[in-house]
Amino acid sequence: MAEVEGGCELFSAGHRACGGCGPALAARLLLKATGKNVIIAAATGCMEVFSTPYPETAWGVPWIHSLFENPAAVASGIEASLKRQGRTEKVVCIGGDGSTLDIGVLCISGAFERGHDITYICYDNEAYMNTGIQRSGATPYGASTTTSPAGSCSLGNPRPKKDMPAILAAHGAPYVATASIAYPNDFVQKVERAINTPGPCYIQVHTPCCTGWGFESGETLNMAKLAIETGLWVNYEMVDGRVEKAKKVSRKPVEEYLQKQKRFRHLFKPARRDDVIAQIQGIADANAERFGIDIKRKESSE
Amino acid sequence: MLEFMEGSHAVAEIVKRCRPQVIAAYPITPQTHIVEDLAQMVANCEIDAEYITVESEFSALSACLGASAAGSRVYSATTSQGLALMFEVCFNAAGMRQPIVMTIANRSLGAPLSIWNDQQDSISLRDSGWLQFYAEDNQETADLHMIAYKVCEDHDILLPAFVCFDGFILTHTFEPVALPTQEEVDAYLPAFNPYQRLDAENPLSFGMYATPEYYMEFRYEVDQAMQRAKQAFVKAGREFGEQFGRDYSALVEGYRLENADIALVAMGSICGTVKDAIDEMRENGRKVGLLKIRAYRPFPAREIADALKGVSTVAVLDKNISLGNGGAVGTEVKSALYGSGISVYDYIIALGGRDVRKKDIAAVVDLAEKGKGDMFYGLRTEVL
Repeated sequence: MAEVEGGCELFSAGHRACGGCGPALAARLLLKATGKNVIIAAATGCMEVFSTPYPETAWGVPWIHSLFENPAAVASGIEASLKRQGRTEKVVCIGGDGSTLDIGVLCISGAFERGHDITYICYDNEAYMNTGIQRSGATPYGASTTTSPAGSCSLGNPRPKKDMPAILAAHGAPYVATASIAYPNDFVQKVERAINTPGPCYIQVHTPCCTGWGFESGETLNMAKLAIETGLWVNYEMVDGRVEKAKKVSRKPVEEYLQKQKRFRHLFKPARRDDVIAQIQGIADANAERFGIDIKRKESSE
Repeated sequence: MLEFMEGSHAVAEIVKRCRPQVIAAYPITPQTHIVEDLAQMVANCEIDAEYITVESEFSALSACLGASAAGSRVYSATTSQGLALMFEVCFNAAGMRQPIVMTIANRSLGAPLSIWNDQQDSISLRDSGWLQFYAEDNQETADLHMIAYKVCEDHDILLPAFVCFDGFILTHTFEPVALPTQEEVDAYLPAFNPYQRLDAENPLSFGMYATPEYYMEFRYEVDQAMQRAKQAFVKAGREFGEQFGRDYSALVEGYRLENADIALVAMGSICGTVKDAIDEMRENGRKVGLLKIRAYRPFPAREIADALKGVSTVAVLDKNISLGNGGAVGTEVKSALYGSGISVYDYIIALGGRDVRKKDIAAVVDLAEKGKGDMFYGLRTEVL
């Protein structure tokens, strides 16, 4: 396994991400897992913009960006080309949740159905952050964004997150996983497993965005951890469509996570919206039930 | 040796001999037989290529872009709505300087839905940074593919190219075509030698974003490469002529322009009909000639002005319409002839597969002689 601390840094410091950027950490961890023998196909988005303003690049591995919605198709071509040339580089896509869950779905579906040997990493910061915090298919229920704002007759985003891992598992992907930057070793291990699994693999990594979510930049990892601890984000692996491993937690109430972020502030001020908070708690409860993540009292260390 | 074959099949056969390593294509209606023939060649191991059965035309060109950047010679074919779906990738591929060759079986764009021929599809991409070559017949279509690869992959050019031939009129028509052997093609077109490629041994970043401090210079460089492509085409066309006896060293080609008073200007298969019409008109003592535009991008403005010196009237046949401003070719020919004193008239003709006959060409010449132009030709006024 790659060393998460120390070792080779292929994603350079000095890029232009915000302080406390979750996706920047994901990129750094990603390259620790892949090592040098990789080609990255990136989508337009925050990560592309903060890491490659011409003539600077943070990427110490071959990297290509074409468009917002096509990294999976570009990667299909790269993979076919490498195969024809007998080359050994791994092909890894990276795109944000807007690219991955919304505009790029067609290209991803095609690439997964055709069975290309690629790994697709979605860094999920739960909205279009590069363009000004607009709602995406990954924005959680109740979050206020610039296109799903809370208002006198709106509670923010009216829909729960799209279940992209299930969609890609349904394509027959041999390995699908979720991860979080709060658990770097786990993310690195999952990337290593994905790139070494033949066929199209998918990892959706939760990458809190201090700017878009509205929390202090020093709190990024705590926020990612709270998402896990409340059950609003679940780290799991699906092998050949079956959930094999999900991280167990002693769950905290979702309120502890929600009240620390401006995007959910309307649920607490000017008046508490216990009904909505209860609905979001219901989402966490359903996650816990579906993935069996609750640590039973006798197992608990608490 | 001449073989009698369908235009699409001739293209597939020549593409095979150009040895693309990755082919990506989508069977949008209307696709041609080109990609079906290539799929069969791959299935029969007649061609050493990966064939990606993409889920859309958008992905077809995206996959070609990725494969090209990774160091492979690539190929795709499309038409009409499929090309429209590729619009975003077209600009991107040119800006990223990927030498992709793509056949365009020219067809109209909806609405209304029409699968028939005109040149609206490729002409709509005239500002995308792709070289655009138009063929008159299936021999020229096949030959232009070899030339296109040679020009595109020239390290002084590094731009993608459309080889355009008219849908149905050429794609589905059987004509005698001389196909060079694999050895002959190999002698003309060397193996792909990418200028740069995605490579773990030499990590580079492709497709970075540019701030206002840098963006214009990138566009300037593409335009400069376009300008250089004129000479590169002339050179590649001359070399082709030396090896195969069919000379393509001219960006524009005159037909019976000697002493011509009126010149028609056209692109693609309509030139064949125009030539026959000119022969008849010449027999009747009318001083008419044709200037065929082979390379529409880069646009050969100077070559057009030189070729049309001495004529008094020019009639441009436009199989497209820049809605609100006449035909695209006519507009650019007028620009090329600005200040020359030559009267230039534009005729929107044969949209959506409307047939054009010799009598129509003669009628256009009559209109131009009367100073009547800048109009749709052959409208059925009874249905308007």
